[in-house]
Amino acid sequence: MNSLSTSGRSVNRESQVSRTAAMALMLLLAIYFLLPIYFLIVAATKPQGDLAATNGLTFSHFNLFENLRVLFTRSDGIFGRWALNTVIYAVLGAAVGTLISALCGYALAKFRFRGREFLFSVILGGVLVPTTALALPLFLLFSATGIVNTYFAVFLPSIVSPFGVYLARIFANAAVPQELLESARLDGAGEFRTFFSVAFKLMTPSLVTIFLFQFVAIWNNFFLPMVMLQKESLFPITLGLYEWNGQTARAPLLQESVITGSLVSIVPVIILFILLQRFWRTGLAAGSLK
Amino acid sequence: MTDIATRAARVVQSPGGRRRLNGGGPRAGTIFAFVIPFFLPFVLFYLVPVGYALWQSVRVVRRTGGQYGTSYTTFGGFDQYEKVFQNSEFWSSVGRIGLFGIVQVPVMLFVALVIALLLDTPLLRLKSVFRITAFMPYAVPGVIAAIMWSYLYSPQLSPVVDLLNGIGLHPDFLGPGAVLWSAANISTWLWTGYNMLIMFSALQSIPQELYEAAKLDGASNWAIAWQIKVPIIAPSIILTTVFSIIGTLQLYAEPAVLRQISSNISSTFTPNMLAYAVASGNNYQQAAAISVVIAVITFVLSFGFMRLTSKRAGL
Repeated sequence: MNSLSTSGRSVNRESQVSRTAAMALMLLLAIYFLLPIYFLIVAATKPQGDLAATNGLTFSHFNLFENLRVLFTRSDGIFGRWALNTVIYAVLGAAVGTLISALCGYALAKFRFRGREFLFSVILGGVLVPTTALALPLFLLFSATGIVNTYFAVFLPSIVSPFGVYLARIFANAAVPQELLESARLDGAGEFRTFFSVAFKLMTPSLVTIFLFQFVAIWNNFFLPMVMLQKESLFPITLGLYEWNGQTARAPLLQESVITGSLVSIVPVIILFILLQRFWRTGLAAGSLK
Repeated sequence: MTDIATRAARVVQSPGGRRRLNGGGPRAGTIFAFVIPFFLPFVLFYLVPVGYALWQSVRVVRRTGGQYGTSYTTFGGFDQYEKVFQNSEFWSSVGRIGLFGIVQVPVMLFVALVIALLLDTPLLRLKSVFRITAFMPYAVPGVIAAIMWSYLYSPQLSPVVDLLNGIGLHPDFLGPGAVLWSAANISTWLWTGYNMLIMFSALQSIPQELYEAAKLDGASNWAIAWQIKVPIIAPSIILTTVFSIIGTLQLYAEPAVLRQISSNISSTFTPNMLAYAVASGNNYQQAAAISVVIAVITFVLSFGFMRLTSKRAGL
């Protein structure tokens, strides 16, 4: 009895020390992860002149609205155009990509046909192909066909996600019971109707996950638009900000717009991520099942 | 009853005359219609470029004789590859990225593992806040992350440099020795949370009963974490390592942004930057060969790592 209570107390003391150490470590790491974002928020509210003149971590004269006005009116409102382009490439591209991945993954999971495993292996091999290795040969092929420097040059390659098919196959297997499909077939529903009215609903949470993965992949893919696009009006935000950032040596006033533009473009995505975070965890768990 | 009978009758009737690949499933045409919306773009934008790059990499540009000769491309065997292997810029970019990967990948994955393990213990409060905080950088594209950090590295604007100057350190984040590690820090900041979440999801799927016995035996949280949890989630750790190796070899955006403010990053800093620089000089065949070599190195390293670790872990 006695020895039990002392050991209990020492465990308590140990866990008190561990608790404090764990909290301290996590706080330090949290500061590391938040520091650049906090800096960006502070910098986006300052007038250009205060960027170098005042401490980067403290607010000075609140100038956010003026910065936003300058950002959205600079070069005839090109930033708004870039934002729209980003939505076209990343949101529309991921939506179309998710749909075609879902159709293909569903077919691979639910239909039996000759060559199915071979098809799946070929697609899975695509997961391992580095997308940057594709950009240069695609540029040459697209130049030959005149697609280069158009929306399609970035949009079309972006809709292809072998990883999306891989996830869709796993999710279709897990979420859509075979008996349900059989009974829909017995009721005379065509395969496409069955897919859209039965399977699609059951797969919706996993489709959100696939959408998110593909959205991030396109949103993050800098190399492809950089290789494909010369026309500024076709740029996504990332390429536009990169170009502006390269001009700040000659035009220092651009600095404030690069900062404000960076903030404006990451805030909606961060909010989306926080709202949809449960979908990440299901997807990442499935992805690590191998 | 009759309902079942009519259904059965319908099933018996329906396959008549139609070509099927198997007994009960849909027709070949239907399967084709499901698969082709993905597969056609996959062929056009994945397989064809891979094939085209391979084809280009065995071509060379030659000129017909004389001063006014015109250039033409012809089969060159492994000439382009020979040139890649003789190119000192290629080797220094590979060496640089190798050094980067050997240091950055283990550091990042170790930090990710520690966070995942901490989030999986009862030690922490505000767990979901910490989880979201660590994951947040994943929402930031590499270019924007690099822009943000380049302001924190810049001697004129950075509050961090100010702070360190104040305590007598005078860091030069963009100096010739440091700039590689400044780029490594951006990758670490971006990807730690993502890798952490993969490991954390794996930890969450371990049944709690597994720890109960160890707890009854008086094992500390520390022992449970390193001796039970880590071995169980080894496949996830291997997966994140492979992803990180692939990502490191593709590095482009972050050093390209830092190049805008630092003269210590050359246009051939990473293998991918080299490939782009060579392609910009219109030497597409040489660029293709570089891309193929990078892809092969990626493939060999990630597969080699998987083989090595799965053998050792007995998976």
